[in-house]
Amino acid sequence: MPEGAATPELARVTSRWAVDGSHTIDGYRSSGSYAGYESIKAALDMTPDQVSGLVKDATVLGRGGAGFPAGVKWGFCPPGVWPRYLVVNGDESEPGTYKDRILMERDPHQLIEGCLIAAYAIGVAQVFLYVRGEMAHAQERIAAALNEAYAAGLVGKNILGTDFSVDIVLHWGAGAYIVGEETALIESLEGNRGMPRLKPPFFPAAKGLYMAPTIVNNVETLANLPWLVAHGVDEYRSVGTEASPGTRLIALSGHVNTPGVFEVPQGTTTFRELFESEQYGGGIRDGHHLKMFIPGGASAPWFFPEQVDLPLEGRVIGGEGSMLGSGAIVVMDETTDAVKACLRVVRFFARESCGKCAPCREGTTWEEKILQRILDGHGRPSDLDLLLDVADNISPGPYPTAAHPDAGLEAVPFPPRQTTICPLGPSSVAPITSAIRRFRPEFEAKITKRDSIPVSAAPAAPAPTPTAQGHH
Amino acid sequence: MARFSAANEQLARSIVSRYPLPKSATIPLCHLAQEQDGHLTDDAMGHIAELVGCTAAEVLGTASFYEMFKRHETGTYCVNVCTNISCLLLGGEELLEHAEQKLGVRPGGTTADGMFTLEDVECIAACTEAPALQVNYRYFHQITTDEFDQLVDDLRAGKLADEIPPHGTLGKVRQEIPADKVANITPPEQQTEPVWIARHRLAAEAAAPAEGGES
Repeated sequence: MPEGAATPELARVTSRWAVDGSHTIDGYRSSGSYAGYESIKAALDMTPDQVSGLVKDATVLGRGGAGFPAGVKWGFCPPGVWPRYLVVNGDESEPGTYKDRILMERDPHQLIEGCLIAAYAIGVAQVFLYVRGEMAHAQERIAAALNEAYAAGLVGKNILGTDFSVDIVLHWGAGAYIVGEETALIESLEGNRGMPRLKPPFFPAAKGLYMAPTIVNNVETLANLPWLVAHGVDEYRSVGTEASPGTRLIALSGHVNTPGVFEVPQGTTTFRELFESEQYGGGIRDGHHLKMFIPGGASAPWFFPEQVDLPLEGRVIGGEGSMLGSGAIVVMDETTDAVKACLRVVRFFARESCGKCAPCREGTTWEEKILQRILDGHGRPSDLDLLLDVADNISPGPYPTAAHPDAGLEAVPFPPRQTTICPLGPSSVAPITSAIRRFRPEFEAKITKRDSIPVSAAPAAPAPTPTAQGHH
Repeated sequence: MARFSAANEQLARSIVSRYPLPKSATIPLCHLAQEQDGHLTDDAMGHIAELVGCTAAEVLGTASFYEMFKRHETGTYCVNVCTNISCLLLGGEELLEHAEQKLGVRPGGTTADGMFTLEDVECIAACTEAPALQVNYRYFHQITTDEFDQLVDDLRAGKLADEIPPHGTLGKVRQEIPADKVANITPPEQQTEPVWIARHRLAAEAAAPAEGGES
């Protein structure tokens, strides 16, 4: 089963995935595409500004979803305001995504060294490593790695005998997708309900954790730093494109023959290559063809066969009406029921809405109810317009969409507008507009032909028997 | 069953000491309470409030936001079947339906013997291993209905007790920060410019006028 990078040269953050014992400090030091804990030594010989400059010059893009350059983000901290905090966003919950979990499980020291490099450059008083609650194994691996690193004098007071001192604290989440939003993450870390804060004024770099300047970086973003310090800017930029240099992790799932998490060059790899290459997806599952795919996590508007030759370049994908987001690609073949897939993604957002903004709290709930009744054969002719109207209340105006020449649709660029504090509500609109614009007849068939209640196309479906009726 | 035991209270205090402000320890302490009692009791929330310096209502307010905190008796094994998009495409709903039949409960329900709580959960980050499930947050990949039956039988027979701790225990390894290694954990208002930043700033300031004078 393919996994990680296609060639050793491309393995930057995945270089230890196949190595036994690479999660220990000795394994980290003795394997991989750079020597573990040598990069922090090299960084400590530079000034903090030089390290920040390195990250800026390399254009290390944030890997959490927005794709914002990390070096530029660090620069947003107001000068002379102390303390500053670094919060590592390991609350990976976007449906389709599971790169950060594997990074944390298999190479925890890489992340710790990345935290140290960032903390040194930014001038951080304390690092909080926020790991999603459901990831027990990742928590164990990171806790063990931190214990080793503290014992070795690599974390804590006077690191490597210098005046650089920083604590890294592992913090467990407790099950809430919205906490992946950076201001919600900060609320959660303060011991509160994980509800996003209004921006402005609460931009984390200015007013974050405890109202102090706070940098929130994704796990994969920080995991790139030790390699970058070891190999330098030019080598970092040697793959990928001018705007999106380096590699990134892609979690490919759904109806491909060999799903997996792959490290691919940013900007140059195309969806087709990912789906069809033997090194990656190995083709759409036998005898089937592509119906649609989600290019960047459940929040991303869907793409269709016309878009498979697009490169994995944030700007290009944004211009074509979707986003690369968290690097999660979900492939769906022609057996997939568009209404059912749409409902399932919408239900996710309805369940995970934090309830702070009315358009999202109420809107996602109604979106789910309407879609459910269409799927159940109780749809009304007015329901599609109603759905689009509810969606428009969460995200007004033309919603980002892929071009569809046959239907006369032109691409509407990302991002959507929003009537909410955070993008969760508008994300719920992505599957609705994508599916209704492209597969309207499927919806209409369910509304008009009420006997055509769909049966799942999944393999090995058990015989439909009345389930769990009458249980408590 | 309720407030922290003496040993856990000590552990709780050490967790509180890792944060600049105590209230940040609320979620970790709720996890600790679940580890002790299997679920989060009112008395535990009261004790947590004392330890982090807020009211019990505030602890409840926080805890009730998060799915992992159970405020009622939960099975020894919490079986979480994913039905989100990637698992849906490869049989997650059928697996959930089978699980309902095998365990005889609907999602959210607990078996009469208190062994299993079944949950229908959102993406658990194992999408390329669909259909996936977790038992007490430990992964089981690409599960067939036969494998599910075997898993339940093994759990009932106690065969997986070493690998899967009872519900409430998350990571079996805990972070420990030795007192003499702590760098600098104080409330934010007591923090000043980090020494290495000040050293480089002063060096740069000392160098700058000299350079300016020469040019």
